[in-house]
Formats: sequence, C-alpha cells, structure tokens
Amino acid sequence: MISSIDELIQKMVSGDKRALGKIITLMEEDSSSSAYIVSKIYPLTGKAYILGITGPPGSGKSSIVDKLVSCYRNENLKVGVIAIDPTSPFTGGAILGDRIRMRSHYTDKNVFIRSMATRGTLGGLSRATSDSVKALDAFGNDVIIIETVGAGQVEVDIVKVADTVVVVSVPDMGDTIQKLKAGIMEIGNIFAVNKADIDGAEKCILEIKMMLELSETKNGWVPPIVKTFGDRDNGANELYEAIKNHHKYLLESGRQEKKKIARGKADLIYILQNLFIKKFYEAINEEELEELGKKIASREKDPYTIIEELIPRLKKFL
Amino acid sequence: MPERKLRILIAKPGLDGHDRGAKVVARALMDAGMEVIYTGLRQTPESIVETAIQEDVDAIGLSILSGAHNHLFKRVIELLKNEGAEDIPIFGGGIVPEEDVSYLKRIGVKRVFGPGANTEDIVSYIKEMTNK
Repeated sequence: MISSIDELIQKMVSGDKRALGKIITLMEEDSSSSAYIVSKIYPLTGKAYILGITGPPGSGKSSIVDKLVSCYRNENLKVGVIAIDPTSPFTGGAILGDRIRMRSHYTDKNVFIRSMATRGTLGGLSRATSDSVKALDAFGNDVIIIETVGAGQVEVDIVKVADTVVVVSVPDMGDTIQKLKAGIMEIGNIFAVNKADIDGAEKCILEIKMMLELSETKNGWVPPIVKTFGDRDNGANELYEAIKNHHKYLLESGRQEKKKIARGKADLIYILQNLFIKKFYEAINEEELEELGKKIASREKDPYTIIEELIPRLKKFL
Repeated sequence: MPERKLRILIAKPGLDGHDRGAKVVARALMDAGMEVIYTGLRQTPESIVETAIQEDVDAIGLSILSGAHNHLFKRVIELLKNEGAEDIPIFGGGIVPEEDVSYLKRIGVKRVFGPGANTEDIVSYIKEMTNK
C-alpha cells in the first residue's frame, strides 16, 4: 500500500493529473493517508498563493471563480481550484455542480478543478481541504482558489486556510444589521457585490461600507468593495486587481508570514481534533455509544461526568 | 470509520438540451449516498475525460438523446484510452435504439439504460459495477 502511495506521489510531483486526482481521493477517504502524503510532500509546499471565495448559495461564487481563473491564465499562471458543495446529512451523498460554471477551463492543461463534498464538516470546507491545497501546491500550481460551500453566517474556516478571502454578497439579502453581525462579514479582505445590475446593489454597498467604517481597520488594509456582474468581464477585472493589491499588501506588510504561522497553528489544532475524534471511535463502539446516549437522555448521568470516566480509556490510544 | 464514497460523473455530451433524465439520475445517486459530479449540458468528449481524471471518478454516466451516441461514446472511450484511464467504466442513458446498444456494448460501454429505467436498478448496477 505504502509503496503504491509513494509511486502516486512521485507521479503527481512530476505533473501527472490522474495521480493528483487519486492523491486527493486518498486524502478525502482517510486521514492516515493524508498524514503520510503530507509528510512526504511538505517540503514542496508553501509556494502557492491561496485565494478563498465565500458567500451565500447562489450568490455567484462559481461564476466569479471562472472569471478569476481566466484572469490568472492570461498571466500564464497555473491554477488549481477546489470547489466545495454540501453533503446530505441524511444520505451522505452530494451533488457537486460548481464545475458547470467553469467549463471554459475544462480542457486547459494548466487548470485543475476538483469538486469536494463537505462530508459532515461544518465551517464551509471539508476535512481534506487544507491537505488537498497542499497537494495542489506540490503539483506546482501558482494559485489555488478555494470556493467554499454556500456560506451562511458561521462558515468561516476559509479564513484559516486562505491568504486572501473574498466575501461575495448579493443585493437584497437582509438589512443593515445582517452586515453588522459577527461571522462571515468579518472575514472579508475584499467584498464583491455580485449581480450588481439588479436593484438594491447600491444599498448593499452602502451597508457594507457602513459596517467597515464601524470596524477597526486591521493592520492598515481597508477592504475594497467591488461590483461584479456574474460571468461578465467588467467587474471581474476590477476584482482581480483588488485581489492582486491584497496579495501585494500581504507580502509588503509582512502579514503573509504571520498568516502562515497562524495557519500552522490552526492546522495543528484541526488535525488534533480530528485525531481525537478518530481515536474516540476506535475506543468506543457504536453500541456502547448508544448506551451512553441513553444514560444522558434518561438523566442517569450528565455528558461531562461520562467524559471524565472515559478519559483514562482514551489515554492509552494516544 | 466511514466507508469509501463512490464518485460518479454524470455528463451530457454533444448537442442536446434535455437534461431532465440526467438530473433525475444525479439525484437518485445522491440519495443512494454517492457523490455526483454534474457538469451540465453540451460537453465535449475531451472535457468529459479531463473532468473524470481530475475528479477521480469511479464511473462515468453519459446521457444522450440526440442520436449521436455511437460517435460520442466511441470518442470518450478512445480518449480515456489515450489518457491511460480506460479502467473507468462507462454507462449510458437516453434514447438509444436496440441495435446500437449491442454496438455500444462491443466498444466497451458497460450498460445503457433506456426510457423507463428504474433508478434503483441504476444505483444497484453502479454499486455492483464498482465492486461495492
């Protein structure tokens, strides 16, 4: 098994797309494959610029990604895209349809698009997203664009993975107070007001502006607000310029390095969390879990007491 | 541990605009716990093969109602071979005359589902075909 993974890694690093596709599948399937692969490719990573695009479902994220890929390709940069859609909480299945908007790049040899389902992870990404970014990075992509699942208010994990986050809004989605709330509106380095040709766009811009005026300016960067128009070129070019400016700002201000350190910390915590959960399931089988659930439901014991009792058993798994 | 997820590409090659059937199948596969990569209308064989490789799918389902099935399936199979990806099985759906079905099977299409096909049959067929 391990030797065939090594072979895949070698092929991937030398530019084989099928190997890259298979590596990402392995990472999605099993965190121990991820651990092995990441440890092998880590020295090759850290070069790509990572751009996150987030916003509510149907706001036009995929169309915007499509236009941005064109912009990067015009500069002859190699682009990887991860597009995330939700997994059904009932069946575990998913329909991954973000590619539909990106068809102009399907046969471009320098664009690699991978659709991913959340597979139960909350936060707007999937468990394997951060590791897959590393695979796309080691593959030699200059830019990696992550399109989050359609985001509501708390799907903000993209901020831990991306260098630059673009929050896409559309006109007529709630009033000013929605823009002031904590969560997604706090994480934008750039705001795109998409479908800006429909009524309410100016009001939407004004509300974001007001929100930004009330926020503390973070380290000298004032997030710009850009009007975009779905799959049309105007707007997309301005957004592209704004993204390039933010990238430049990150490099010149030293924020990029700080972000990388923060990302390292977030990676550690995230991997540990997943490891704990995995070990937990190794230590406690489904029947026992059911029994514990019953005890909690009947008020025989509270969950904290049960955890206290479980800890000695979990320790030997670590 | 979660079981291995099946990833299936559902695509409509060529020039026909009828995607109701493809959508019904996509939804049925999702309800059966699979991840369906749906690429929409008017795909070229080249783009379908490229997508199948990048998405590392377990099977490709092509829906064709235009009558160009013989040409399109053949082309997709050729391109998969060129890419060394002929191990990805292909099945089809749409309006395909009986005599063409035997031709398609000869060139390597695993199975063709016609009008009235039961989605449960499609699901169990895919599970069987992908050894699961």
